[in-house]
Amino acid sequence: MDLTLKVWRQNGPDKPGEFKEYEAKGISEEASFLEMLDIVNERIVESGGVPIEFDHDCREGICGTCGVMINGHPHGNQKGTATCQLHMRKFNDGDRIVIEPWRATGMPVVQDLIVDRSALDRIIEAGGYISVDTGGTPDANLIPVPKEAADASMDAAACIGCAACIAACPNSAGQLFTAAKLAHLNLLPQGQPERYDRTIAMVEKMEEFFGSCTNHGECEEACPKSISINNIAFMNRDYLVAKFKDRRKAGQT
Amino acid sequence: MTTTGRREDTKPARKLPWILELYRSDVAKKWIMAISGVILLGYIAAHMMGNMKIYFGPEEINHYGEALRELGGDLVPKTHLLWIMRIGLTAAFAIHIHAAYSLTRKNLQARGRVRYDVPREYLAANYASRTMRWSGVIVLFFVLFHLADLTWGTTNPDFIRGDVYNNMIASFERVPVAILYIVANLALGLHILHGVWSLFQSIGANNRVYNKWRRYLAWGFTAVIVVGNLSFPIAIQLGIIS
Ligand code: FES
Repeated sequence: MDLTLKVWRQNGPDKPGEFKEYEAKGISEEASFLEMLDIVNERIVESGGVPIEFDHDCREGICGTCGVMINGHPHGNQKGTATCQLHMRKFNDGDRIVIEPWRATGMPVVQDLIVDRSALDRIIEAGGYISVDTGGTPDANLIPVPKEAADASMDAAACIGCAACIAACPNSAGQLFTAAKLAHLNLLPQGQPERYDRTIAMVEKMEEFFGSCTNHGECEEACPKSISINNIAFMNRDYLVAKFKDRRKAGQT
Repeated sequence: MTTTGRREDTKPARKLPWILELYRSDVAKKWIMAISGVILLGYIAAHMMGNMKIYFGPEEINHYGEALRELGGDLVPKTHLLWIMRIGLTAAFAIHIHAAYSLTRKNLQARGRVRYDVPREYLAANYASRTMRWSGVIVLFFVLFHLADLTWGTTNPDFIRGDVYNNMIASFERVPVAILYIVANLALGLHILHGVWSLFQSIGANNRVYNKWRRYLAWGFTAVIVVGNLSFPIAIQLGIIS
């Protein structure tokens, strides 16, 4: 199939960027979206140009590095998949495809389609872990976990940190990502000791970088793992409880 | 890397009182918007129901107006309870607007100047959710006009203090005013359609079993309010009440 690409090119974080058009002729329908970009890049290199920079790693939808905006849809117009899982058979011969990087103040463009998602790492650093003392290997399944809690936690843990939720949000809010990471730990017994401190730390770190949720629900639609906005409600509840607990603790010491 | 995109936040070193410290957080602001929203929704429902008395004749509704002033009966001096309610309502209104304003500013900044080239095709966001800011502003200006029109009587030449029946008719008889009320109430409907659903999400009242009822409640509540409120100008324009 023959396609026309309109791609955002930007030669560095503080450089001005612009859209450039590329012809992509003779692309196989079986190619994945990233393979199509590989082919286009090879041709650019052969003709002496600078290839289009895009992030990718696993190419099987589990690492979360490959997100781009395709024709106004994060990860393309296919529900529940990452860009690397999108195939060219979803497009038609002669299509014009606009490829843009994620846009948000908290995720500035590094180069072409690559954005700096390190704000997400800062949120994880703030509390997206559990503290464990080292020692002998504990026996497996030593801590009983209710099935429902394990399931809900597992659903939230499916988050691959691709930032499509933020890219999709009209407010550039980081709620779905943060809520998923919180629900993942806060639902499990292992997450309980640090639950409320974690919630405050992660929410407040998130708010340093991103906007605020107005409950549109676009993030859930964009999420390659279809993570539910129910997690956001869970986070909102835990945050206020945490603030009250904080106050009570302050009175005790 | 030169730009990290981190918002240059101006967190003061001095610790604010707990409630103000809490209000600094966006998530808490949404809680406060939800709670002030519930107060305003309660008021809207009571207001609409009270006005229904116009269908029972001048004495009924004028008596209702008087009863509001005598709220609390013999237990409190006349109009005191009404004033306490008015102050509470104004406070809820003010804080709702302040939170909305500051969150809107933050969100615009978080979004940045460069927008997507392809207009976003929204899949979950609806007209109501995307126009909250506009419908909110319309409702705000409408409330100011509404107060001037039917509470203070400044925009209503035939205003008679205490004669609710006469004032409503004198106001809604004018076609432009009737149209204004209809438009404003449709905007109010859009606003509460998203608001009623959204407030559950903001306060984390969430359960997979009941979640669909949050939408039903939003639609039901909005329908009752909008139909009720629109009926007054329409009935007066059609001469059903005169
Ligand atoms: S490349 Fe890993 S998720 Fe797409």
